Amino acid sequence: MNYKIIGRIIAEILWIEAIFMFPGLVISFYYNELVAARAFGISELIILAVSGAFYWITRKAKRMLYAKEGFVCVGLAWLVMSILGCLPFYISREIPRYIDCLFEMVSGFTTTGASIVPDVEKLSKGILYWRSFSHWIGGMGVLVFLLALAPPDGNKGGFSMHLLRAESPGPSVGKIVPKMRQTAMILYVMYIVLTILDVIFLAIGGMPLFEAFCHAFGTAGTGGFGVKGDSYASYSPYLQNVTTIFMILFGVNFTCYYLLLMKQFKSVFTDEEIRLYFGIIIGSTALIAINIRNQYETIEETIRHAAFQVASIITTTGYCTTDFDRWPAFSKTIILMLMVIGACAGSTGGGLKCSRFLLLTKGLRRNIHYVLKPHQVQVVRINKRTVGENVLANTNAYLSAYILIIMTSVLVLSLDNFSVEANLSAVLATFNNIGPGLAEVGPTCNFAGYGVLSKLVMILGMLLGRLEIFPILILFSPSTWK
Amino acid sequence: MGMTLARQLSAEDHDLTIIDHRTEVLESCVEDFDVMAYEGNCATMEVLREAGIESTDLLLAMTNADEVNLLCCMTAHIMNPKIHTIARIRDPEYAKQAIAMRSAFALSMVVNPDNSAAREIGRLIKYPGFLKRDTFTKGMVEIVELRVDADSKLNGIPMYKMSSIANCQVLVCAVLRNGTTQIPSGNFELKEGDRIFVTAPSGNLAILLKSLGIITHKARKVLIAGGSRISYYLAKNLLNQGMDVQIIERDEARCHHLACLLPEASIIHGDASNQYVLNREGLEQCDAFVTMTGVDETNLIMSLYASKKKVPQIITKLSRAENLQILDELTVGSTICPKELCASQVVRYVRAMQNQVGAAVTVHAIADGQAEALEFVVDDNTLHCGEMLKNVKLKKNILIACIMHKGAIDIPTGDSFYMPGDTLVVVEGGQGEVRQLNDIFEV
Repeated sequence: MNYKIIGRIIAEILWIEAIFMFPGLVISFYYNELVAARAFGISELIILAVSGAFYWITRKAKRMLYAKEGFVCVGLAWLVMSILGCLPFYISREIPRYIDCLFEMVSGFTTTGASIVPDVEKLSKGILYWRSFSHWIGGMGVLVFLLALAPPDGNKGGFSMHLLRAESPGPSVGKIVPKMRQTAMILYVMYIVLTILDVIFLAIGGMPLFEAFCHAFGTAGTGGFGVKGDSYASYSPYLQNVTTIFMILFGVNFTCYYLLLMKQFKSVFTDEEIRLYFGIIIGSTALIAINIRNQYETIEETIRHAAFQVASIITTTGYCTTDFDRWPAFSKTIILMLMVIGACAGSTGGGLKCSRFLLLTKGLRRNIHYVLKPHQVQVVRINKRTVGENVLANTNAYLSAYILIIMTSVLVLSLDNFSVEANLSAVLATFNNIGPGLAEVGPTCNFAGYGVLSKLVMILGMLLGRLEIFPILILFSPSTWK
Repeated sequence: MGMTLARQLSAEDHDLTIIDHRTEVLESCVEDFDVMAYEGNCATMEVLREAGIESTDLLLAMTNADEVNLLCCMTAHIMNPKIHTIARIRDPEYAKQAIAMRSAFALSMVVNPDNSAAREIGRLIKYPGFLKRDTFTKGMVEIVELRVDADSKLNGIPMYKMSSIANCQVLVCAVLRNGTTQIPSGNFELKEGDRIFVTAPSGNLAILLKSLGIITHKARKVLIAGGSRISYYLAKNLLNQGMDVQIIERDEARCHHLACLLPEASIIHGDASNQYVLNREGLEQCDAFVTMTGVDETNLIMSLYASKKKVPQIITKLSRAENLQILDELTVGSTICPKELCASQVVRYVRAMQNQVGAAVTVHAIADGQAEALEFVVDDNTLHCGEMLKNVKLKKNILIACIMHKGAIDIPTGDSFYMPGDTLVVVEGGQGEVRQLNDIFEV
């Protein structure tokens, strides 16, 4: 394995992290929060020093990267980024324990939004910025950002494809234009434009600019860190509706936006994944609205809350306007199911992904047919294209890994003796990068009560969920390091 | 073929889309090069549209089937009338109509790897002793490849004595030693085993060969092992020059077919990889031996055997050119890779299409692709016009190999200079940093 190129890429990632952290320093100074400013300054120096050391060690790195290096690189880069990225929290003592800092940071980068901070409103502005901005970085992926700036193979080979594959979510990741660098750039430009639109719409609704930026970062990355203790509950209906729409938009496959720009409307509107995604949103909103109609005063309010929660959970954002833990069991079950399904492939959202759900159901239907008519040759088709058998096999393998991880994590978490509902929803909410769960980890509570072991498991779960299991899993496989 | 092109074109920073019906091929393409891939039949409207034919500048139809290539070009041209198309046409029976009906088939250019390989081999046989020849400035200047053997007159000679030994104006523009390419300076000493690339006016090639003591009597008898399409083109070419051609082919039906097509050649039915057969057919008496079977390994073994038998000129055809480096130590003579040859033809067309100010007119990869020889026309924007070369600072590993001034060829020394309108041949040993002429100067 080419260790040096991995080190080189990690050095470059850390450099980017240092740049992204810099506004935190400026904001801290602007709001005269000197403790936070000092913490940011020290963290910046440490990150730059580590990055420099990596640069120096790997100065003779050969620019060769294969699938294995790609996966290891992405897994390690995210680990290192989180370990060093949480330093401002720790140094400023705003989150006293390191494990909690790490939890908060991983929750940020993986766009989970699960928090261990008891009172968000007490955090300083610089820290709030870094928490929310980590969602934005993690949403589209920091390696994709690196690819847009300078592909590690200098634009010559297809090596960087392995990085895109390992970091971007979805069962089959492809480029949208022939060049890797342009693909990454198009993705980031669309991401930035949508984020800025969100900021503008929020600002029009009277949200203070700093909060608008923080919330837009959280929405764009489908993260869920807010700046208020009650998340979105105290904002006006307009702001809630704007956020509902933008959450849904960020849960759509970004390739669709490119196709819309290219005026290929038909292929977007007939896309089976998009149809399923919007179908699930409309269906679950309707079912929940009927189920909770007695809890709210007007129909408008009922639908608004139902739609916001559905959008927030299916896109794995995790903002909330109301405490859905107090909803009837039927609605809560729908919420749990939405947690598993997740957003579209190629979006910033997490979860199992609509496209995988589609593949799994279609594969299942074929197997049922197979029992009835063993000699009939059948292929699975999505968007009128035949799906390769290896894609189906990979999706099934993914589902097995997914279920195994959930089972193991729930078992470990249950040692802390919370309710079964809390443990299951905590695992689903972290592993699928959502944020709030039910019962003890519901929208009004936080994850601070869990023990160190459970937190470690959830940290790992969040990384596994964001990077779609394999980049993290292979770090623990002995054959990777041979 | 497509893979070779993908490698060369993606290295030049073009936006490439590849269409193929084999998923495995596409996957390895996407992993190895920065390209986009579509699965399907390239001659159908749907697939072409999906791959974005409407916004494409150039279509390369390079499948194995001539008919598919033609249909592909025609379809693409109807969908996008502005597109340039290059088709690979291999069957000699189609070659004529493909050129005659170019406009009906919507072809900008036809490439035939077999034919270009045959033509290249023919040129090599004309001047035995050179491993490879590349022509510039419309055939007036060539860069030829020579191997320095133990008993060569060049062994141990520093560069500055080169012209006096060669008795004519020549310049060594690149040396390939132990698999790495160097652009030599005046004190660079040649060693045994070096492969050197010499720039010389075409007219001086015979003098060069004579002064270096490389026997240069015209080849009379050529033995070709394997009766492929290239063999056919080559035999026809050589027969036209009045040479005596023998082809050994294993398949009887193919032998019969060749005998019909080439009545003047002698076609022998037999297994050329069998050394007894080679001896029987007069390997030791022939002036040139060309190995042309479809299996690279067989070709190499036969060439090694021929070099043991002291055949004056040996030419080996290889289908894959990736492992040229390991062949350095083997005495297999010249190696020819039809795919690479054809790909460089296409790359030249692409460069001409770009047509930017100051772009290279022709580009040849030399020294196993580690160096490039580029031909430029000096224009008013070119820096350092009229300055003596010894005062001009060039980038590292770059050399001006030739200046053509109003039809006169000058192999440059420190006192040479160039003026607008001249043609320059530049050799660079870096990694393709030279896109325009002004890129060669140190800033």
